[in-house]
Amino acid sequence: MAESITYVRSQFLEPEKAPMSDSSAIGWVRKNLFASWKDSILSLVALAAILYFIPGLLNWLFVSAVWTGADRTACLTVDQGGQLPAGWNGACWAYVGDRFVQFMFGSYPRDELWRPLLVVVMFVGLLIPFLIPKVPRKGLNALLLLIVLPVVAFFLLLGGVFGLRHVETSLWGGLMVTLIISFVGIVVSLPAGILLALGRRSTMPVLKTACVVFIELIRGVPLITVLFMASVLLPLFLEPGNNIDKFLRALIGVSIFASAYMAEVIRGGLQAIPKGQYEAADALGLNYFHKMTFVVLPQAIKLVIPGIVNTFIGMFKDTSLVTIISMYDLLGIVKASFGDSAWITPVTPLTGLIFAGFVFWIFCFGMSRYSAFVERRLDKGHKR
Amino acid sequence: MALADARTGSGEPPKVSLLYNPALRSTVYQVVTIIVIVSAVWYAWNNVVQNLARANMSAGFGFLNSRAGFDVAQSLIAYSSDSTYFRALQVGLINTLVVAAAGIVTATIVGLLVGIGRLSHNWLIARLCTIYVEIFRNIPPLLVIFFWYLGVLALLPSIRTIFQHVKDNPDAIFFISNRGIYMPAPVFGEGFGVVLAAFLIGVVAAIAFTVWANARQRATGIRPPVLWINLGLIVLFPLLVFVVMGSPLSLDYAVPGSFNMNGGMVIGPEFLALYLALSLYTASFIAEIVRAGIRGVSKGQSEASYALGLRPGQATRLVVLPQALRIIIPPLTSQYLNLIKNSSLAVAVGYADLVAVGGTILNQSGKSIEIISIWMLIYVSISLITSLFMNWFNAKMALVER
Repeated sequence: MAESITYVRSQFLEPEKAPMSDSSAIGWVRKNLFASWKDSILSLVALAAILYFIPGLLNWLFVSAVWTGADRTACLTVDQGGQLPAGWNGACWAYVGDRFVQFMFGSYPRDELWRPLLVVVMFVGLLIPFLIPKVPRKGLNALLLLIVLPVVAFFLLLGGVFGLRHVETSLWGGLMVTLIISFVGIVVSLPAGILLALGRRSTMPVLKTACVVFIELIRGVPLITVLFMASVLLPLFLEPGNNIDKFLRALIGVSIFASAYMAEVIRGGLQAIPKGQYEAADALGLNYFHKMTFVVLPQAIKLVIPGIVNTFIGMFKDTSLVTIISMYDLLGIVKASFGDSAWITPVTPLTGLIFAGFVFWIFCFGMSRYSAFVERRLDKGHKR
Repeated sequence: MALADARTGSGEPPKVSLLYNPALRSTVYQVVTIIVIVSAVWYAWNNVVQNLARANMSAGFGFLNSRAGFDVAQSLIAYSSDSTYFRALQVGLINTLVVAAAGIVTATIVGLLVGIGRLSHNWLIARLCTIYVEIFRNIPPLLVIFFWYLGVLALLPSIRTIFQHVKDNPDAIFFISNRGIYMPAPVFGEGFGVVLAAFLIGVVAAIAFTVWANARQRATGIRPPVLWINLGLIVLFPLLVFVVMGSPLSLDYAVPGSFNMNGGMVIGPEFLALYLALSLYTASFIAEIVRAGIRGVSKGQSEASYALGLRPGQATRLVVLPQALRIIIPPLTSQYLNLIKNSSLAVAVGYADLVAVGGTILNQSGKSIEIISIWMLIYVSISLITSLFMNWFNAKMALVER
């Protein structure tokens, strides 16, 4: 009887093949590079482009590059007056090596270089513990880094007191200037931005209007016009016969610009704080100052740390614009060195710009990584 | 009543010392603010008057009508060194708008592609797009401009090489040199207006047809072949009219002159450097915005649209993209504004934009207050118009809730 029941299978099917493992190397390649025919075409095109460009790039940057030499002849081909074979093309790192001190410190007197170096050591020594969350005494550290250090650095770099030789700001240059301008911008813009943001959210119409007009006016125009304003109009606005330092003018311009942007970032944080927090602070009988410093601002600023760091990164990149009002920050001094007769070669501009770009990139990338780290760390509190 | 009694013993508000009266305090603060602002402005104005008097200069915008006396390399409107300062500023404004518009279009396209590429399942493409974003986001735009201008475009073949090239290949019409890209310029003949009209009619007809096709799809479920008919209306129809009118378009070729190429159309290296740098720099930011926008739309949305039977293209176009746009538009607006403001970096390579022309006038005439006010006025207006337009677009795209 049992044989006549046709719908019961009497023999097993062949087992299906195991699905393609995507943990093996081939499986990974199939899944991530050749999942469909469109993917395959894209992967092959990308691969071809990489194979075409990367060897040439590496060759230009490292293999064919000139690493040592005293002047331009080291980086010139035979028909240009040097000794390299005709048709040579590569980076001229000898030029960057020769000009390195200038790129870092500008024309700062060479026998006084210990002063900026000391400032760098102090800065790094205070910054690193400040950035590591586990190190205690953040308050003292912040005080030293943000208030004491700028004052000490000011006297140390400018001189003229305690028997230090006076070094005019026109001699400053290079990465030093880039860092000073962005650091001052950061130190000024944070408190100024908080004040402007609070002013913008104030209920007093006059204060509010003044803050809105300032913020929107500055944010509506390019940094160049603000820098022109600081460098051309500021001397007109002050007492006749004043001779306000050019470097100081640039600092003022950058600080004004950064404050307006910082104000908007902080306003975003203030708006994100629930109304209950304000009301709770009022109910506790705190006055405006205490309400803001103890309840609202700590939460608001924590919320917008990524935005604040983004503003810092933007400011760091924007300091390169002081090149246009003929100051010598890193980019300005690299660009100025292209016209230096000792190193005029066809490859000098490209080499110098790649070097400057690399330095800027390291700083900005480091800041953005650090901001991502802080963001992750602060996020943990909200995860259940 | 009982509550009021318990609090103060009467219905009147509690008596507060004048020092802690909020209304009085706020008035005092505001009066102090006004006094500070007014005295600062008065102080500055007083100094300006004295400083100008010492330098024997006068204030006012009358100088705008005097002769400029300098040449501008690239100008879309008639301009010579005999034109007025006002005309020069117009040239600068137009050049600013041209480079900003071109930059915005390119940055949006590149940013969109790179942003989608970063989300691709293809490992290689995603990595390449990440590298692009991380490189360009972290380098100053000014450096990128110099990179193109001094590092790349300056190394292109010189004009002598081009002359030689023309001698060898008399048929060549398109040249790339370190003085820019030369190409034939279109010369519009008589009757080209008819072709233009035909094109406009084609566009209007295509829009009308699309509206009709959508209505028909809703009514019957059958979608007419919109793409092909629209292509025909927009491309083939004007082309047909063009041929019928006897091809009223000729080309003006660039030919070697004594020192430079004559005729044709040239795109200068200044424009190219600025345009490439602004587009590539801003594209890296737009890519991140696009990526955040697409990731902000939950996966359930695309799965739901597949369940409804939409094809992947339709799901992206009709379901995912409209929702992603809501997240994308506000930060995209600020990137567009940044690009417009960054176009002022033109002054670094000498592309005659508003700031470069204004800077030249400032150096010539010394009218710093006037020039800087003009700059600020124009840039603030451009910013306001752009944000108004984007706010309108944003409101149109925003979620319509019940």
